[in-house]
Amino acid sequence: MLYRETGQFKSTYASDMAIFPLRQDRNALLFVFALALIGVPLLAHFHIWPFGSEYLLRAILLPFLILALAAIGVNILIGYCGQISLGSGAFMAIGAYMAYKFSNGIGEIGLPPLPVLVSILLGGLCSALVGILFGIPSLRIKGLYLAVATLAAQFFFDWVFLRIGWFTNYVPSGSVSAPELNFFGWVVDDPIERYVLCLLFAAVFALVAKNLVRGSIGRQWMAIRDMDIAAELMGIRPFFAKLSAFAVSSFIVGVAGALWAFVYLGSWEPLAFDINRSLQLLFMVIIGGLGSILGSFLGAGFILILPILLNQLLPVLVIPLLSLGNSLGAHWLTEFAHHISSTETISHLEFIIFGSLICFLLIKEPHGFARLISLGKEKLRLWPFPY
Amino acid sequence: MSAITFAIPGGIGALLAGLMFVLLKGDRRSGVDMVVHVFLALVTALFIGFLASKAMDNPGGFTEILVGGLLSGVLYSLVALGFVLIFKASGVFNYAQGAMVLVAGLALVRSLDFLTAKGVATLAAIPLAILFSGAVMALCALVIEKWVLRPLLNQDGLTLFMSTIGATFVLEGLAQMVFGSEVYPLKLFPTDPMILMENVFPGGILINKLDVWGGIIAGVLVVTLAVFFQYTKTGRALRAVADDHAAAQSVGIPISWIWFIVWLVAGLVALVAATVWGTKLGVQFSITFLALKALPVLIIGGFTSVPGAIVGGLIVGAGEKLAELYLGELIGGGIEYWFAYVLALAVLLVRPQGLFGEKIIERI
Amino acid sequence: MSVKADLPNLAVESMPSLGAAMAAAENRSHDESERRRIGEVLLSVENVSLSFGGVRAITDVSFDIRKGEIRAIIGPNGAGKTSMLNVINGFYFPQQGSITFKGEKRQEMRPYHAATSGISRTFQNVALFRGMTTLDNMMAGRTLKMRRGLIWQALRVGPAEREEIEHREIVEKLIDFLEIEHIRKVPVGKLPYGLQKRVELGRALAMEPELLLLDEPMAGMNLEEKEDMSRFILTVNQSLGTTIALIEHDMGVVMDLSDRVVVLEYGRKIADGTPDEVKSNPKVIDAYLGVSH
Repeated sequence: MLYRETGQFKSTYASDMAIFPLRQDRNALLFVFALALIGVPLLAHFHIWPFGSEYLLRAILLPFLILALAAIGVNILIGYCGQISLGSGAFMAIGAYMAYKFSNGIGEIGLPPLPVLVSILLGGLCSALVGILFGIPSLRIKGLYLAVATLAAQFFFDWVFLRIGWFTNYVPSGSVSAPELNFFGWVVDDPIERYVLCLLFAAVFALVAKNLVRGSIGRQWMAIRDMDIAAELMGIRPFFAKLSAFAVSSFIVGVAGALWAFVYLGSWEPLAFDINRSLQLLFMVIIGGLGSILGSFLGAGFILILPILLNQLLPVLVIPLLSLGNSLGAHWLTEFAHHISSTETISHLEFIIFGSLICFLLIKEPHGFARLISLGKEKLRLWPFPY
Repeated sequence: MSAITFAIPGGIGALLAGLMFVLLKGDRRSGVDMVVHVFLALVTALFIGFLASKAMDNPGGFTEILVGGLLSGVLYSLVALGFVLIFKASGVFNYAQGAMVLVAGLALVRSLDFLTAKGVATLAAIPLAILFSGAVMALCALVIEKWVLRPLLNQDGLTLFMSTIGATFVLEGLAQMVFGSEVYPLKLFPTDPMILMENVFPGGILINKLDVWGGIIAGVLVVTLAVFFQYTKTGRALRAVADDHAAAQSVGIPISWIWFIVWLVAGLVALVAATVWGTKLGVQFSITFLALKALPVLIIGGFTSVPGAIVGGLIVGAGEKLAELYLGELIGGGIEYWFAYVLALAVLLVRPQGLFGEKIIERI
Repeated sequence: MSVKADLPNLAVESMPSLGAAMAAAENRSHDESERRRIGEVLLSVENVSLSFGGVRAITDVSFDIRKGEIRAIIGPNGAGKTSMLNVINGFYFPQQGSITFKGEKRQEMRPYHAATSGISRTFQNVALFRGMTTLDNMMAGRTLKMRRGLIWQALRVGPAEREEIEHREIVEKLIDFLEIEHIRKVPVGKLPYGLQKRVELGRALAMEPELLLLDEPMAGMNLEEKEDMSRFILTVNQSLGTTIALIEHDMGVVMDLSDRVVVLEYGRKIADGTPDEVKSNPKVIDAYLGVSH
């Protein structure tokens, strides 16, 4: 009964075209955002459950926000424009390493060290430029062929940042460290500040992305995705639509990469942005829902938290098995429990469960969590009546 | 460096540029395409000319690298073949092919170890172990068809692709949990080096016997598959399903059975690949990364072409070995890591469907 | 089937461009004496030949389309009708011949050029953007008229928002005209075939074309749907003055709607003229009914 649009009349096109035309949706979002921006830092500051330790903030919420941001970028390219890319990790890396270069100054062209925020955005910009370059093949190559072609970017940049010393300022170990995170006087240091910073980034870019996809450019992307030939015959230029999607997507992914390196990792190697990162982002947008900004957040949360959860839960689940084996005197059960409690087997089990869950979700809802949410809303609208 | 070093790339460049325009005649082309093609033709010409000059400096060494590269390329083709089979028949881009090689290899090596430990003679143990791993692959095919493919019938390519990544995780986890996760040496083929063409080049060229075996096996495999596809009833049904599965179903071809067969054949191809690769590297987890090595082979040859997989393998194998040796000294080592992909990208820019793929016709 | 007699009573407020024209047309359409003015040649196709590999799709076809008329292209299956439309709006490039649109002679059209100079079309097998809503599909038709850049759209304040609303108003007029208000926010993939055809017409009209190409607008429709579609086509032609070229297999519709008909067979033009002339042309009769030798 709470979720009704009855009585909410829209008398202007502006209100009909709002991001959340329904009051309840608007309020829910405001509530979540207020909770995230004010509630969580407060709880964390006073160490109130579940923020007793910094673990939740540092190991879950922080990477969640950054990866959700990256997933938004990937979703623009794959979900909205229909160009499959397996090279997102490379674009994160470009954002990270170029932001590092800018923040340390580039002596060769006489560029002094730049402020952190400017460096991060410039890192994103470099990523966007490379994105455009690697987007050019998409004008000719389509579908899964393109997906494999984008792997060229992934492997090429893995190699570039590993082998070309200029990008790492010739650090012998190959591992570079972030500069002091000084945002025009606000020194981001403790986990709470890092969290708030990433939250702001994620919120701003989510809004920007939402605005883009519901505007003219978003319609061009989707037109290319759904029926590229018809779109071309209507005067939508594939050149502009596809390359702008690559640019915007790579920019957001690049910024996320810079944040991942600067704010989450602190010091990093190219391995942080390898093919597994690309696949992880791909999973996030597909499980979350292609063509949905909200889905990017949901997918990021799920894919990030699932392995952590499995890692924590599986050893715990083994203990009752052990005691059961002991009390029954069933030797094989004890043996089995011992066997599966080894860290190696746990990691294999994680693999199996993760993989099966992915398949399960794809089969049950190929359109991801976003579709589930919208179906749920439809139901809620009529509740308590079935139809 | 002599004048001939420059004459050769010039000539070849002109030839290639001409060839590309011939290939593209009648195609819808734009200004961007033209620029890209000319650029690619120039780069290719320079690269080939560069190689040619190197070849003239040291013909023996060059041939050795070339032959070694071609043969190692065939080994990539072994993995790529499995991809092609599945893509042809079900339109599924099977990321799990590498994991299937791992599963097959582990099943083979572990059962072989088990049997020899029980005192079974090696000659008897090998067929038994192969039989066992064949059965394991059949089980894989059954499970994937029933629980992944069938429920996802009519989903788009991306969803199917992701589901095979999910299957990859499951296969990797299961195989290692059941069979163990160490490096298991496998000795099915001789791995000692041999020397060829002693009368042509001073000192001859050194190649590995295993690579030669790989080449022979790949040849036999391709012929077998061609015969199977072309001359058996199941093969005809497979081709029908590949063309249009709804239509095939409507004339009474049991589609689940066909898909099971396809995955089984792909599994057996994986087993063959596992015998060779297992002998080369030892059966270990990193064998699954072969999938990533096979992808560029696949797009160069075309997703749907069996001969394409072989030719693609040859090109990638030779190209990356030559590039590593000769280009590597110019721009830094390790370019083997990405060279195949950049090569594939270049090929796709000229032929978006790969060298042997069916031409994509756009209609409206 | 007579559709010209019962034109709808369009209740369209006076709006700039589209709306005003529609309103004006309402008064005019009752006045039978005022015939639509058919003007000079808008598009002419000269000696166009098109082949794919060795297959000749079109051989040396010439015809013209005059401003304000409804021009039908008919012919048996495989006669090259759709290929002809594809040549006109730049999807296929003919090997020979030229296309003159609004006095500008070109060897081949380019899709973008065709769209910007005022050619829009619908497709034989509906080619809507399936994942988008009816509204978004039609708004996508306004793309060429929207000017705000990426940054404005990202911020979506002031001018960008105003532009969006302006175009929404125009699209809403069209939605009213085509009577598809109830499916405004439904993803078009979920719509039945007849409605999809109507949305596609809406998308083409949203481009405010000078020349509208309709590829079998009534294929697979029942009688009521055909009547509705005919009504829309006539209204568009009469009230907006849009020139229309249409491919259709239903001879009743063709003869009723069109001012002139061109007949193709095996890629060649075999007849060209008013519906009555074409109807009695022995070559056309042979093509449709077969020849006894």
